[in-house]
Amino acid sequence: MKKLLAALLFAPALALAAGAAIHLDKAPNVQGDNAALQSGARTFVNYCLNCHGASFARYSRLTELGLTEQQVRDNLMFTAEKIGETMRVAARPEEQKRWFGAAPPDLTLIARARSSADGSGADWLYTYLRSFYVDEKRPTGWNNVVFENVGMPHVLGQLQGVQVLNKDHKLELLAPGSLSAADYDKLIGDLVGFMVWLAEPHAGFRKNLGFGVLAFLVVFFGFAYALKKAYWKDVK
Amino acid sequence: MASNTNFEKYKSDGSLQGNLLEWFDARFPATSMWRGHLSEYYAPKNFNFWYFFGSLAMLVLVIQIVTGIFLVMHYKPDASLNENGIPVAFASVEYIMRDVNWGWLIRYMHSTGASAFFVVVYLHMFRGMLYGSYRQPRELIWVFGTLIFLCLMAEAFMGYLLPWGQMSFWGAQVIVNLFSAIPLIGEPLSLWIRGDFVVGDATLNRFFSFHVIAVPLVLLGLIAAHILALHEVGSNNPDGVEIKKRKDVHGNPLDGIPFHPYYTVKDIVGVVVFLMVFSIIVFFAPEGGGYFLEYNNFLPADPLKTPAHIAPVWYFTPYYSLLRAMVWPLFGIDAKFWGVVLMGAGVVILAFLPWLDRSPVKSIRYRGPIFKTLLTLFVISFVLLGFLGTKPPSYAFFGVIPGAPVAQFLTAYYFLFFLTMPWWSKIDKYKPEPDRVTM
Repeated sequence: MKKLLAALLFAPALALAAGAAIHLDKAPNVQGDNAALQSGARTFVNYCLNCHGASFARYSRLTELGLTEQQVRDNLMFTAEKIGETMRVAARPEEQKRWFGAAPPDLTLIARARSSADGSGADWLYTYLRSFYVDEKRPTGWNNVVFENVGMPHVLGQLQGVQVLNKDHKLELLAPGSLSAADYDKLIGDLVGFMVWLAEPHAGFRKNLGFGVLAFLVVFFGFAYALKKAYWKDVK
Repeated sequence: MASNTNFEKYKSDGSLQGNLLEWFDARFPATSMWRGHLSEYYAPKNFNFWYFFGSLAMLVLVIQIVTGIFLVMHYKPDASLNENGIPVAFASVEYIMRDVNWGWLIRYMHSTGASAFFVVVYLHMFRGMLYGSYRQPRELIWVFGTLIFLCLMAEAFMGYLLPWGQMSFWGAQVIVNLFSAIPLIGEPLSLWIRGDFVVGDATLNRFFSFHVIAVPLVLLGLIAAHILALHEVGSNNPDGVEIKKRKDVHGNPLDGIPFHPYYTVKDIVGVVVFLMVFSIIVFFAPEGGGYFLEYNNFLPADPLKTPAHIAPVWYFTPYYSLLRAMVWPLFGIDAKFWGVVLMGAGVVILAFLPWLDRSPVKSIRYRGPIFKTLLTLFVISFVLLGFLGTKPPSYAFFGVIPGAPVAQFLTAYYFLFFLTMPWWSKIDKYKPEPDRVTM
């Protein structure tokens, strides 16, 4: 009876596993790899930050990736004056709306917002940034397998090259870009890694602290349990 | 039992603390309250696992109040857009997460605490059903409890709007729109609740006010009433027998032990175990797989972009399923209205449990197979209703069994469980209760 009940209670979890829509490639995990995150930061400020803001993040926080303030100033700060400023776009949102039809979304939290039952936000971004193809029907000339009729052109197209959708609706590289396929995947992996870090810069510290808190609670449990036993020994 | 009645010692020895306590006791019921509610409040000695959840609910309440106080210091209930085109309220939450020292921890404790509150309260309520804790003479405790549950739902719903993310906004939009289904007064009523034609700055500010002041005040009052009523009649126990029937020469229940120190030291163990689970979520999975912090809520509210699928947070989903189950208009009134009625009735019907249950015994230990079967099915249908509530109505189990009719069937079961209880609880077999509690 108990087994049957357990099975019935467990049924929703099994049903949840069924039915995925788009296949997402697994993004490499580069958290803690400062070289990869720095490379991702470089790609981010060079290619993304021109149109998209990361307005909740401060440049000063980039020093947590093993950079000095001077290095951040020299290599990653193009539009800001002070190291404590947030990573904004020079253009105002109203102007962008006039130019593009919609203001490009802020990217600080995008790696968290894009999580779904299909995969993590990192997986989504990793697949999305590698899935642009040429589509003459779109005003920008680009479309995307993961994000249908996306408003953004393939900003990294020069690096990846030009992809098309073949007859089987699979992506095919028509003309190679300045990077090999493997180098481009590495570049995107680093970029996505940086965006994951950007979405929650304290995540690493949070987990480390968690182990300490749990260790304390385990010790506390020992004392609490011994106290309870001592008080309750004559309760019959 | 020696350590808990030593106040006379202080009063007689003329020491400073003794004199101070005497001074206070002449002006304030300090010692008598301590005794009445803790050191001489006799609780049955056979409390089991299920009895941790009352004290844990108090703990979560304190966590929510303390973290809430610190969140309010930095949070800004303002729907206008900042220079980056982000709503100020949304940006202020991210400010707490990034720029306020330990802000992320305080915020995650508060967001996890909201879910933990419902986990603990659902288990606390289930305990009441297992052991008949709502039965005479504890009907009022149960009624206060259902009012607390109702307040908690209001508190959680209004708190969920405050981060001003996509789910905050659209969830509130959907729920407030439900009121518009009420005939005649519906439209003006929903307008009155929102303070605007759409969920906007006025709504955000009033929900903030209700979330941090009005509802917590009512909640605290109800919790005080809940506990005062409990301490008036005494706690039930897993055997469902009254310990006050058998007393020793001092007039204390034979099967009772003073709440302090026995249950205070026991509850500390429960608290530590709870904090372990709580910490695992806060430190390692604060999003709770998208159930505690919905992914879409990391996008700022955008009144022009409706999300493809609007799902309430998990703790509302069983009742959301009741709401969606009603798809037939009745008496010329929109089905949506009857859905609202069903959802409301789903909560209100709990309050009538003390009068619906006609069993001669309280505890599941001495109740018959009908109760055991129907209660098990009730738990399964409640969990399934909750699961289906997180899914779009088009969902099908394993891609074949359509979810919507299943939810309707389970909704019918939810209500029939209560409505037919007077009949089946009477005809069920039962075993004789023991005279004394069993350990």
